Amino acid sequence: MPTLRYFRRPLLKQSLESVFTVNPSQTVNQSDAKPLDVARIRADFPILSRTVNGKPLVYLDNAATTQKPKPVIAAVQHVYESMNANIHRGVHRLSVETTAAYEKSRLQVARLINAAKESEIVFVRGATEGINLVAQTFGRTHLVEGDEIIVSTLEHHANIVPWQILCEQTGAQLKVVPVDDDANFLIDEYKKLLSEKTRIVAMLQSSNALGTVIPVTEVTRLAHDVGATVLIDGSQSVQHHPVDVREIDCDFYVFSGHKMYAPSGVGVLYGKEALLASMPPYQGGGEMIKSVTFEQTIYNDLPHKFEAGTPNIEGTIGLGAAIAYLQDIGLSNIAAYEAQLLKYATEQLSKIPEVRLIGTAKEKVSVISFVVEGIHPHDIGTVLDQEGVAIRTGHHCAQPTMQRFNVPATARASMCFYNTEADIDQLVDAIQKTIKVFA
Amino acid sequence: MSELSDLYQELILDHNRSPRNRGKVEDADGSAQGYNPLCGDQISVSLKMDGDRIEAVKFEGSGCAISTASASLMTEALKGKTRVEATELFEKFHRLLTEDGSGVKLGPGMGKLAVFSGVCQYPARVKCATLAWHTVKAAIENEEGQVTTE
Ligand SMILES: Cc1ncc(COP(=O)(O)O)c(C=O)c1O
Repeated sequence: MPTLRYFRRPLLKQSLESVFTVNPSQTVNQSDAKPLDVARIRADFPILSRTVNGKPLVYLDNAATTQKPKPVIAAVQHVYESMNANIHRGVHRLSVETTAAYEKSRLQVARLINAAKESEIVFVRGATEGINLVAQTFGRTHLVEGDEIIVSTLEHHANIVPWQILCEQTGAQLKVVPVDDDANFLIDEYKKLLSEKTRIVAMLQSSNALGTVIPVTEVTRLAHDVGATVLIDGSQSVQHHPVDVREIDCDFYVFSGHKMYAPSGVGVLYGKEALLASMPPYQGGGEMIKSVTFEQTIYNDLPHKFEAGTPNIEGTIGLGAAIAYLQDIGLSNIAAYEAQLLKYATEQLSKIPEVRLIGTAKEKVSVISFVVEGIHPHDIGTVLDQEGVAIRTGHHCAQPTMQRFNVPATARASMCFYNTEADIDQLVDAIQKTIKVFA
Repeated sequence: MSELSDLYQELILDHNRSPRNRGKVEDADGSAQGYNPLCGDQISVSLKMDGDRIEAVKFEGSGCAISTASASLMTEALKGKTRVEATELFEKFHRLLTEDGSGVKLGPGMGKLAVFSGVCQYPARVKCATLAWHTVKAAIENEEGQVTTE
């Protein structure tokens, strides 16, 4: 699991030294990590040098989408300038080169998440499409009335609504694992919900709204014990720490390219080969077939069976460049750096008496949600924007999470490895300013 | 570059801190709920008519400073207006927010609403300012149910 463990006792704002303790086993791990050359990294992201309202941009909305480093921008530009062609169906040189570059990204994705085979990597538009694909192919053919699907309270709407649609179609029922007041996942409650009726467990690995990390390896093992199939939404994980789908042993794993420094419009569905092979196609069209007559159509092999139509070719090649970039920095190094930054940000925000953190789970990725007494998150977002600080305000596509914590919305700062303590200081200053405006 | 104080003018901050006409009017002739899916703001508006004239408007709900102040100032602006006058005022108000509203004449006694002219510099916030108005429009037309800003 990721090297990002620290503990925070709720409601205790003094004596921060004692509040934050690093899990001993993780300490070793963290000291193994190489420090990042953040100045150099920042220079790789052209957008970070722009200003907003005359102030240097402080970009803290990385959970929504990340900025793109030069190698990713260059990869996309290279496609347009020197190889652009449609893939898999041309004999000419450009098509051959573009196909090779596209397929290389598939290999890179397989290695990134340690899939057994490239054919287990299906390119989709994003996490949302990956989940819908599984719901409408695997789900439609395997679930019947009375079956149950388990999700957590913290899910993004993308991992709720496709299952609700499936429930309507099949008569299956959705069950929800609660979280405690710190937004820790309640594994014992999860165990109580599991039964032979459970057919699908669909859960995020890390919460985009609150940062909580769910112990997905254990979740998967317990689901398999009752014969259920497991989908893990890694949208907020693959960019933060090493992920090994075979160690998790999940049946499906989804994520979006745009949240991991790649272009938008491309994402990944990983599925175990036997499962993917047993599933009907999602969409029909070109590329997903071997042969078509009006009498009979033979579907293509994996993974092409699930890739109907011309995909986001340049985006997928950009995804390969993003993966190479991340691996160059090292995902363990990224995890250690971001854990430090999260710790710093949590300490600094906790010093502001008017700020209340929402989501103080033991294990988190670098996402901090908060509310400020008497000030609506949208007003915070607007004042912060004026100071050049970009955060997200609203329900973060996780309305059930907001309902659980009795807030209409939160302000959320989501950090990544190009952010610095100086960014956090600017965030804190801007929050102080907001409090003054509305005092 | 727009200044923050153009958006959060003192009058807006004041109406956000102490909103006027909060609550429900008794024996309402019309009411409606408004919802802004973007920020989760929810508002309910109830009104009492005296013939064609609005006798009283009240609102409840939670929202950002812009939506709260807009609802509060709206309840003051609409008191005594006819249905037609109310609709016209909303149209003008909307123009104030979405176009360069400096030329829009709001009419006598409506000057206070001009404090929202800064909103047009913040397109993401226009819906906050119009939520209460959309909702009151539904209440006047006595449509029960929910309106959204989408
Ligand atoms: C946890 C999680 N799941 C799913 C999604 C949906 O991703 P996309 O909109 O890229 O399909 C997001 C994006 O915010 C997310 O954070």
